[in-house]
Amino acid sequence: MADYVKMWENLGMDLESHDMLCQVLPVAVGDVFMTQENRPKAMDFWDLVISEVHGIRPAELIEEQKKGRKVFGTFCVFVPDEVIIAANGIVTGLCGGSQFWVPGGEAVLPKNTCPLIKASVGARLGRTCPFFRIADVYVGETTCDGKKKAYEILGQDVPMYIMDVPQMKRPKDIVKWKEEIADFAQKVEEITGNKVSVEKLKEAIRIVNEKRKAMKRVYEARKSECLPISGRDALLMTQISFFDDPERCAQMCNRLADELEQRIKDGVSVVPAGTKRILLTGTPLAVPNWKLHNIIETSGAAVVCEEMCTGTRYFENLVDESGETLDDLYMALSERYMKNNCACFTPNPGRIEDIIRLAKEYKADGVIDCSLKFCGLYDIEKKSVAEALKKEGIPVLSLETDYEDSDAGQLRTRIEAFVEMLNG
Amino acid sequence: MSVEYGVGIDIGSTCAKTVVLDGNGDPVWQDLRPTGWSSVETAQAIRLELREKVKIGENVHFVATGYGRVSVPFADKTVTEISCHARGAAALFKTDHLNVIDIGGQDTKVIIIVNGAVSDFAMNDKCSAGTGRFLEVMANTLSVTPAGLCTMAEQGAETRISSLCTVFAESEVINLIGRGTPRENIAWAVVDSIAQKVKTQAGKMTLEAGPLYLTGGLCDFPFVCERLGKAFNREVRTAPEARFAGAFGAALYALAL
Repeated sequence: MADYVKMWENLGMDLESHDMLCQVLPVAVGDVFMTQENRPKAMDFWDLVISEVHGIRPAELIEEQKKGRKVFGTFCVFVPDEVIIAANGIVTGLCGGSQFWVPGGEAVLPKNTCPLIKASVGARLGRTCPFFRIADVYVGETTCDGKKKAYEILGQDVPMYIMDVPQMKRPKDIVKWKEEIADFAQKVEEITGNKVSVEKLKEAIRIVNEKRKAMKRVYEARKSECLPISGRDALLMTQISFFDDPERCAQMCNRLADELEQRIKDGVSVVPAGTKRILLTGTPLAVPNWKLHNIIETSGAAVVCEEMCTGTRYFENLVDESGETLDDLYMALSERYMKNNCACFTPNPGRIEDIIRLAKEYKADGVIDCSLKFCGLYDIEKKSVAEALKKEGIPVLSLETDYEDSDAGQLRTRIEAFVEMLNG
Repeated sequence: MSVEYGVGIDIGSTCAKTVVLDGNGDPVWQDLRPTGWSSVETAQAIRLELREKVKIGENVHFVATGYGRVSVPFADKTVTEISCHARGAAALFKTDHLNVIDIGGQDTKVIIIVNGAVSDFAMNDKCSAGTGRFLEVMANTLSVTPAGLCTMAEQGAETRISSLCTVFAESEVINLIGRGTPRENIAWAVVDSIAQKVKTQAGKMTLEAGPLYLTGGLCDFPFVCERLGKAFNREVRTAPEARFAGAFGAALYALAL
């Protein structure tokens, strides 16, 4: 690993604690990824990025900051990257996927807060995530009560901007979100000192659409009966895409998709014929949360699609590029983002339609609906998801878990039993 | 050549159960012993005894199940306890459509079987409420054995524990003791709370028509069946061999290998 110690020190990180994190991550990567056989060669890019996840990209961001560019740290797929990119800003995801950070979060948050929020707060307050340290501003959104309150803690020493996501999908809500996007654009102009022009915004929309198309190509390949990539590898690609430069991300995803399409032509599969195909739905899986994919794929099944924010919700639906005024473009953005069927909306029939559609498109033998502990929104929706799937004759297993390893045995028993059930 | 014996070993969190079936599917040996602190050593001890007592030769298949299934190094295959209890119970109770409730030491499962295959199941989460462990903890608090608690409960009057969590429920029991509630009543409340917890667990499932079949370590306690029957408003059937349902199912899988 390259020497990033000086950089971390300059970022004011807690080096001693961060060292402990740096020691556990390679073990997890080794166990989850390197034990797989016949991986696509193009995964070399993501293997490199994950091996130096707190080094390579943070160093790039710092270089760009030196040129005067601003970095926006985001938590959610509702924040329109296009607006930030149009003002020559940079978007990055923030850390929140490891148990390592949970105790730090629990020091200031109630224990019955979802692990994603606890880990984010822990990573921020413990000074063990370079992205949190680098970001000039955090952009939050009102997708759940836990996050809304956590922002009040996170925003204490870094500028925090919050977008108010509507809770329903009436026409007036789409207009309201458009206005939120327009307000956000003003804020972004203020922070970056750059104007969001029609031309720049159209170009940014094109860039992000290209990234979405490239990610979709990889997912399209997963629809093949001849499965060219494991769920774990596809998940890693998706997770890293939140942190990467969008143009490089598109390029790498297209490179991977080229290989996967060739594999399908050559009949190269990562699993034996007849392996049961699982669609995973539920709450996001932030890097390095690979727990569920790993258990599923070492229990004789394969994950073929994620109906999640770290999955299809991130890249499905393109933004209409044809608008000629800022107002048109903001509306086009709003229309695209409001197609996201997050459980924060009521009612939310679109998510169930998505799950059934994706289960068919990806030829899933069964669906696993898993939410992070204490995420009431997704937990409550499990019942209607299960009922709808049963009506369609698609077997479903509902689970709840967190980042701890202590329930791995019980999860494995359920998942193995589910796979045994699918195998008949 | 067909196998001479099929051996099912069910390494549970509390007890290890073994069933040996001959080539015709008839039981020739069964064994129950504490799992102890080492599942691997327990499994080895079972195999040694098998070789001695049943004189099994080489032509035998082993299937391991239960939470310790990965700790049986000589197993030809592992199958989850959910599939094994389903298969064992279907064979034991001679029906292809049934609802099985398996109350184990650490886990409680509700399994629905349609046409002889698992169609749905639910399992308790990390919390041990509604399991054998819960009964053990409460029996300990009342200074009786789990069996003693269940017998005592038959003499008790209706009393409720509201908590679904073992630790909180224990505080409630201590509270009841402090208030001078008769031990029989507390025992009644403990058994009833297990039944209520299982009912909640099955709440989102569509059960098959007909009785519930109880397997696992609590099937020797009639009062558990009675409270379960009341909670579900259904007949509850069990049998002395139902404790071995998981091992029996595993042995059937072994014969079919």
